[in-house]
Amino acid sequence: MIEVRGLVKAFGVKPVLRGLDFQVDEGEFVAVVGPNGAGKTTLLRILASLARPTMGAVSLAGLQLPAQSGAARKILGVVSHQPLLYGDLTADQNLRFFGRMYGVADLDHRIPEVLDIVRLSPRRYDLVREYSRGMQQRLAIGRGILHRPRLLLFDEPHTGLDPDSADMLDDLLTKVAGEGRTVVMTSHDLTRAGELASRVDILSGGKIAHSAKRGELEPGELNSLYYKVTRG
Amino acid sequence: MAEEVGAVGRVGSKSAAGGYLRAVGAILWKDIAAEMRSRELLGSMLVFAFLVILIFNFALELDLRVRQTVTSGVLWVTFAFAGTLGLNRSMAIEKDRGCLDGLLLAPVDRSALYFGKVLSNLLFMLIVAAIILPLYSLLYNVNLFLPGLIGVIVLGSIGYVVVGTLLAAMAVQARTRDILLPILLFPVILPVLVAAVRATTGILQGLPLEDYQAWLNLLIAYDVIFLGVAIVSFDYIVEE
Amino acid sequence: MEPIPRNLKILTGITIALFLIALYMVFIYAPREAVMGDVQRVFYFHVAAGWVGAVAFLVTAIAGGVYLAKRDRKWDRVAVASVEIGVVFIFINIVSGAIWARPIWNTWWTWDPRLVTATIMLLLYLAYLMLRQGIDDPDRRARFGAIYGIVAFVSVPITFLSIRIFRTIHPVVIGSGDPTAEGAFDMTPPMLQAFMFSLLTFTFIYMTLLWYRVRLGRLSEQVEERKMEMMSI
Repeated sequence: MIEVRGLVKAFGVKPVLRGLDFQVDEGEFVAVVGPNGAGKTTLLRILASLARPTMGAVSLAGLQLPAQSGAARKILGVVSHQPLLYGDLTADQNLRFFGRMYGVADLDHRIPEVLDIVRLSPRRYDLVREYSRGMQQRLAIGRGILHRPRLLLFDEPHTGLDPDSADMLDDLLTKVAGEGRTVVMTSHDLTRAGELASRVDILSGGKIAHSAKRGELEPGELNSLYYKVTRG
Repeated sequence: MAEEVGAVGRVGSKSAAGGYLRAVGAILWKDIAAEMRSRELLGSMLVFAFLVILIFNFALELDLRVRQTVTSGVLWVTFAFAGTLGLNRSMAIEKDRGCLDGLLLAPVDRSALYFGKVLSNLLFMLIVAAIILPLYSLLYNVNLFLPGLIGVIVLGSIGYVVVGTLLAAMAVQARTRDILLPILLFPVILPVLVAAVRATTGILQGLPLEDYQAWLNLLIAYDVIFLGVAIVSFDYIVEE
Repeated sequence: MEPIPRNLKILTGITIALFLIALYMVFIYAPREAVMGDVQRVFYFHVAAGWVGAVAFLVTAIAGGVYLAKRDRKWDRVAVASVEIGVVFIFINIVSGAIWARPIWNTWWTWDPRLVTATIMLLLYLAYLMLRQGIDDPDRRARFGAIYGIVAFVSVPITFLSIRIFRTIHPVVIGSGDPTAEGAFDMTPPMLQAFMFSLLTFTFIYMTLLWYRVRLGRLSEQVEERKMEMMSI
């Protein structure tokens, strides 16, 4: 599904990603963790076709980025830690707008369907600026899945959420991923990452320093492995 | 609940052109809907325009005789300044909440984003003009309801917005965002202002068409040339 | 510290020589103009400076375009260097224009299309530099600079045209009565020679300065790189 080889991304003279290799099979849920500034968001933005690689090959479902990013965007759903929503519009209007931009045909049917999945149906006609952070995040996920994408990219989705909202988000993530979708999620939160994902990759020094599948490690081991890899 | 993963809009996006136009229309609709709710764009533009006219009144002593020659200049300076407010705000909305990313993720050609923004900026500018003109007429007892005048305002606004949207997309990403747009925009937009003011004066003074035809031609040429430049350049502004 | 390349040293030498010869030609070789007197000699450098300013602008626009196509940072360095040099020369053009205008028309400023356009160009240049200054990401800075360079360059001929039309329809009361004459005078052959030679000299000055400035840009980027490397150890 995702194939990244030798990815280099530099901002001016500063290299952030230094020859990164990364692979995700269809249906996998991969969490990418790492210290601040490690390049998690950069990697995600490149996968989302929002940034161009300085060097290296990136392909999604066989489509080359950046050459075929137009086609790639059709199968991509992105949820950033910023909500990407218009505060002055209602949830319904926001979804309708993005639906039109993405060419989703059956909006009248699809919008209530999505709102149901993210459990925001009662707030359909409320202004987004009146939503709490947790609700905005859920609506953002709704926007992300509106066009039925095969691949979902989440950039630190738990940022700014209180524990209850974060738990609700986890349920949602598991449900959304469980429908055959491929998910890549970056996160600060090792524990949640370990619970949600089928694989955890540690990004450090501009590359994937270690990859651990679920079941390979005991719960506490992930933490100590993380510290060893990122400090060493 | 099982859904068809991977099946994007089944009926709607039959043709690429249809998708393109739909995206442009969606952006226009979105800006109108948001503006109807908050009214911050139009509100600030109108208040500012009114203040500028007021200041001109005291600065220039617009007595009856002077008014004849100075009206078109005052109007266009007002539009130019109020316009930068609208342009800045319109782009800032997209940038601040990261909404620009949301737009960039849509599977449409990037120029659709540009056109959508140009259309909504143009609409707001024309709405401001539609309110300022009668206001000015009232305040200074000048008849501004001439059909040729509407045409000049449309042509001039198009040129202004075409270049302004492009430059605003850049300015909004700089640290010095607010002051930068006028500095970038005004030198480039000068031909539009000169031509629009001259053509407006010609119309107000009831001169025959051939007296100000050259200005109209200049406006049209400017609009066409910069539309071309903008379409090609916009991609480079939003890619990373 | 990288030594100055041999060719650049040769070019610098040639440029200095040309400049000295130009000074001689302008102040001694060219005859005193009958009507305006010695102040007319400003004309030679005035036009040459304007010429360089326009060329610099063109180079910036083209270098920007090439950068967008090739993404080689070198072109961006050329674009910036050209703008910086262009600012100086356009400024010289405007000031020398004022110096020339004062004794002849008793005014510092004439609304001559060329003079106004030169001023607009100066504003565009400065806006270009301010745009770049407000952006931290080097890649974005280069891209935006390239786009504005092209937009600005395209606008100059249109601006010139619009002021031209303005002047033919609305002659200005103060200043020269003839809107299109910029102190017209007939050039005798020695004057023409001085004029052409000044153009040549200034072109050489431009190329030399450009080379130095591009080199400076490259070296300073190398310094930045080293700093980054040092900090991450």
